[in-house]
Amino acid sequence: MVTLELDRVEARYGRKIIYTDATTPAISGGHLTALIGPNAAGKSTLFRRIAGQLAGSGQVRITGADRDDLRYMPQDTAISAALSVYEAVILALKQGRSGWRLSAGELAAVDAILTRLKITALAERQLAELSGGQRQLISIAQTLVSRPRLVLMDEPTSALDLYRQYEVLELLRSYAAETGAVVVLALHDLNQVMRSCTTTIAVAEGRVVAVGPTLEVLSPALIRRLYAIESRVETCSRGCPMMIVDGALEQGT
Amino acid sequence: MSSPTETAPIKTAPTKTAPPDTAAHPYRRLVARRITLVLGLSLLLCLSIAVDVSLGPARYALRDVAATLIWPEAADLQMRVVVWDIRLPMALMAVTVGGCLSLAGAQMQTILANPLASPFTLGLSAAASFGAALAMVLGVALFPAALALMVPINAFVMAMLAALLIFALSSMRGVTVETIVLLGIALVFTFNAALALLQYFASEQALAAVVFWTMGSLTKASWDKVAVTAAILVVCTPLFARRAWALTAIRLGEARASAMGVPVRRLRLETLVLVSVLAAIPVSFVGTIGFIGIVGPHIARLLLGEDQRFFLPGAILSGALILSATSVLSKAILPGAVLPIGIITALVGVPFFATLIFTHGRRSW
Repeated sequence: MVTLELDRVEARYGRKIIYTDATTPAISGGHLTALIGPNAAGKSTLFRRIAGQLAGSGQVRITGADRDDLRYMPQDTAISAALSVYEAVILALKQGRSGWRLSAGELAAVDAILTRLKITALAERQLAELSGGQRQLISIAQTLVSRPRLVLMDEPTSALDLYRQYEVLELLRSYAAETGAVVVLALHDLNQVMRSCTTTIAVAEGRVVAVGPTLEVLSPALIRRLYAIESRVETCSRGCPMMIVDGALEQGT
Repeated sequence: MSSPTETAPIKTAPTKTAPPDTAAHPYRRLVARRITLVLGLSLLLCLSIAVDVSLGPARYALRDVAATLIWPEAADLQMRVVVWDIRLPMALMAVTVGGCLSLAGAQMQTILANPLASPFTLGLSAAASFGAALAMVLGVALFPAALALMVPINAFVMAMLAALLIFALSSMRGVTVETIVLLGIALVFTFNAALALLQYFASEQALAAVVFWTMGSLTKASWDKVAVTAAILVVCTPLFARRAWALTAIRLGEARASAMGVPVRRLRLETLVLVSVLAAIPVSFVGTIGFIGIVGPHIARLLLGEDQRFFLPGAILSGALILSATSVLSKAILPGAVLPIGIITALVGVPFFATLIFTHGRRSW
């Protein structure tokens, strides 16, 4: 089983310190973990620090996997490269590998992830022709094609329709379960978080403010503190917890 | 939270995949098509070289030229001298210079994420022109030890200085690719102004020499120069080839490439060094041929896409082909005269490029 633990992690852009003291207990793999927080809370920064793209003191401890097993999916951006979807996924698989030739196993891995995301029909399409949602599915395929054991995804469902959001979260859940991978998702939809993620890390202003089982972390008090929103969690008629928003607080309240 | 019954259908999905290790796999077919295109470009290039060598003030039949090339000892002396010492160096110079400039443009466009980036637009050609003019107008040698090669050495030194300036700026923290492109444009204007100033004070003879140099010409080609430009190409190409996957990933954007583990900053700086040498040396030998560095890569991109395994040879071949075809035309338009190649390059390249854009029905960037 893979675990991820942050010990007084600091992240900095040049001299500017973004995180000062991010600490979490060991987060175990096999299920989904959510990273929540308001805009500009430092979710992407924390991901980039864990992925080794930003410097800083403190320790990111990974057990059960090495750093090469980590894949980070940044937020979606437009692409102008003259590459097909299939080539883009191959590209992700071949990074850090030598040789120009593709083995049958490598092609099988690309085929498998496209099939699993139900996007084989897009394989020969050019990246520049894709919609935002399709691009996001390609990014997910690129992230998972090498079957990493530590996955960090920045808003992986932000451009997807309701059906695809559900499918992708279910796929990620089953991926984590079958590989034992630590899969951390930065998400804004807290009902998605409650439905899919076992553990939640909450961040605000460059600090980790809460870590633990999702239903314990997502208390009305924390939601008020993070988002200035009055909310309550109620159980629906089928027994699922749902977050209901009652209204916004005046900023600064 | 994740019960086994919920996840079961998705777990079984990968087993439906067809076996991919056959030649019928769509990706294998795509690769085969691209290899065919690269071979086709190579064949066209060989044809173009052959026609280029057969053309000139003295008209020889293609068959005789081929015979002279294959059995030089059997050919008569005049033909051997014309083919081997005059025409072949010029024809091969077109190939190596076209290949170098196109490859330089291709990798500049790749690392700077800008379709207009080229040795021309980043000020390297303008800097080289200024360096050459310094020698021709003021007789200033930037490397006094080799006075005979004053013009090409001045051009090379100035182009490398411009490249160093761009490199130094790129190494600074927080500098974006847009800033680098803007600095390049500023360099173009600066060196063009400095060149205009030199021309204003130049004697009539020196002015004519500067103008002729800036038009670009292959007439001063020699086996030594062919060897030097070919050597740069031979050294740089494998260095790019080794980084093919990483260079292709850069075109997905800095964030995605970094997330894939590509050391974007380091790769950008390494590429900039190679590209500077690739651009500066040919320009210092043949003058300003600006068009190849932009259009060569775009033609390769339209034909072969941006997977560097095909884009890299494609860019070299298309640049070499355009300049070789241009060399043919520069001799064919006015029989008995050789027009400066820099002028003809755009006249050949633009219609071909426009045809590709409009017939391909695909975005060119």
